[in-house]
Amino acid sequence: MTGPASDLIRAGQRLTPWRWWLDPASWAALPAALRQEPALELLALWAEARTVHAAFRLGPELLLASVAAADGAYPALSPARPGAILFERAIADLWGLRAEGAVDARPWLDHGAWAAARPLAVQGQGGGAAAAPLPALPVGGERPQPVFLPAEGEGVHQVPVGPVHAGVIESGHFRFHVQGEAVVRLEARLGYKHRGLIGLMLGRTPRAAARYAARISGDSTVALAWAFAAAAEAATSLVPPPRALLLRGVMAELERIANHLNDWAALCGDAAFLWPQARLGALREGVLRACDAAFGHRLMMDRLVPGGVSIDIAPSGPDRLLAALAVVGAELPALRRICEEHASLQDRLAGTGVARPELVAAYAAGGFVGRASGRDFDVRRDLPYAPYAGLEIAVAGAAAGDVEARLAVRIEELARSLELVGTLLARLEPGETLLPLPGKGGEGIGLVEGFRGEVFCWMALDEAGLIRGLFPRDPSWLHWPLLEAAMEGNILADFPLCNKSFNASYSGVDL
Amino acid sequence: MAMLWPRMLRGLRRPLTDPAPAAPEATVAALSERLEQAARRRLGRSLAIRHVDSGSCNGCELELNALHGAVYDLERFGLRFVASPRHADVLLATGPASRNMVEALLRTHAAMPEPKWVVAVGDCALGGGLFAGSYAVADGVDAVLPVDLVIPGCPPSPTLLLEGLLALLGAQREPPPAAPPPRAEPRLEEGPEEGPEPPDEAGAPGPRMERDA
Repeated sequence: MTGPASDLIRAGQRLTPWRWWLDPASWAALPAALRQEPALELLALWAEARTVHAAFRLGPELLLASVAAADGAYPALSPARPGAILFERAIADLWGLRAEGAVDARPWLDHGAWAAARPLAVQGQGGGAAAAPLPALPVGGERPQPVFLPAEGEGVHQVPVGPVHAGVIESGHFRFHVQGEAVVRLEARLGYKHRGLIGLMLGRTPRAAARYAARISGDSTVALAWAFAAAAEAATSLVPPPRALLLRGVMAELERIANHLNDWAALCGDAAFLWPQARLGALREGVLRACDAAFGHRLMMDRLVPGGVSIDIAPSGPDRLLAALAVVGAELPALRRICEEHASLQDRLAGTGVARPELVAAYAAGGFVGRASGRDFDVRRDLPYAPYAGLEIAVAGAAAGDVEARLAVRIEELARSLELVGTLLARLEPGETLLPLPGKGGEGIGLVEGFRGEVFCWMALDEAGLIRGLFPRDPSWLHWPLLEAAMEGNILADFPLCNKSFNASYSGVDL
Repeated sequence: MAMLWPRMLRGLRRPLTDPAPAAPEATVAALSERLEQAARRRLGRSLAIRHVDSGSCNGCELELNALHGAVYDLERFGLRFVASPRHADVLLATGPASRNMVEALLRTHAAMPEPKWVVAVGDCALGGGLFAGSYAVADGVDAVLPVDLVIPGCPPSPTLLLEGLLALLGAQREPPPAAPPPRAEPRLEEGPEEGPEPPDEAGAPGPRMERDA
């Protein structure tokens, strides 16, 4: 497949089979070329010291482009790809590189409280200077307030929510502009949970840094650890043993099942439809306990590591898992019917929080968010990787793009993942589960389908096998802006429903 | 009447809800010492919890939310999560204290009425765990607030969380093993209706709000 933008990238100096070095003039021509090639989807945009990288997908092909940001600046891609906006803001905060002509140049992750500004600007520093004192809270005063995008009209007022919310959820701030009951504009301000993950991972071996990858977003620990491990393995040309790959698939599907059950339950709870919430929660608990019995951890954290898996499945694991999933499978049809036929629930879900297909396509949003708005993409089917290659992966989809569609897609995926776990377990053969990662240099990409969508990870290792550059991209980077757009015109009271129907990760974006 | 039997038998099946875990005795004893008589009288056997995510990976949130469900049924113990710090007895923090959350942590704690406790949940909440030393974290929650109870784990399972929270309740229920010695620390201003009670939390360890000074 070709087009003006992909041709422009391929005309650069080829550094790896999938990464090209562009001179600043070529990069500056990218936005115009991108406008003429909508099929070239932006996956991620990130940096190293004085270098900016962009990852694109064109059908089954991944293309990375890099450019030197010699004077601390590079031409912005956000005028042509709205998904670039948050990445450009993060690059400015972390690496100190300015996107010239950017749609939005406000700070994002940096709230003025870190020990160092632009912590990753100097290569090899990994964001030191942690010992700096915490900035004092002004007594009786206010910090400088962040600037939010304006909304104008008669009677428009603002409703600030967070970073501490009413329930047990992650920290983030939502600024609503409201007219009457309708939300005119929602803006999510994140970054509260920024832990400096990239800085902590640089300079370590992939094995040592895997513990951080597993904690980028706890609910997606398997998927993020997998993308990270796949990048490390690609960089060192290591192929994990077949048994490890099958177990990775089992864990990833279990993570999908548990999260889909959890959010389905929460959506029912947010619509005051409490019996399914209780029942789905109990089913999820059964799955998590089986995960614990099989892999020694309810969320399967630190089980998936570069080189394979850190723990083999317990001898009783397959039976425990299949028993727990059989209970889910037996109750699924009735629960689904109840939710689909219950008018009071449908009244809340149908037509609420519509993510318009053209916007979803412009952002190239993955997972159930994309698939519920007509974007038919699933890495397991479209860029297949072991152990999914060769398996029949039926991808659920919908067109309406509302809360109901996102839930319907997830319920369908849940049913298919139940089958997939059985298929993968049946293929298990005795064998090794972990190989040592060679300590050598290289560069690799990982792309796996997590429960939220595709998780992308790029990694560059130096000659000693230590991480020189890294960017793990959770699907939520592209979901948050769509949630903002989907809230437009909805009533404020429906925000919990909309938010839960996207369930974007805060920590996955805050890093 | 005969029609009732099947229904009653069904009702006698094992309940979905887990039996209550026992609170670890050593933890209960240690907490009892910290707890003042006044607090015990005012709170009874109930604790209202305000959760603050101070920089977690959201793993702890998943397990905290599981406590709500039918299997763990947190509220049967008199424990409940509340929406406002004004209604809370316990600030439960998850994650290392990210620098971007320090102000929210301090303000939430300041908004809570006395007596109040801070529970740090997860391996990174005390000392920062894996994230200690990052430019973006103030290390643990204990670097920002006085922590009374740590529930370790990554993340702690719902059963572990329940055990920890029940230890707080247990500390309230049972009188301390020996009468606590009168404290030498300067007393807080007490209202006249409080009578000659020992001060709340004056002996709590940690660099409590010291960064404001």
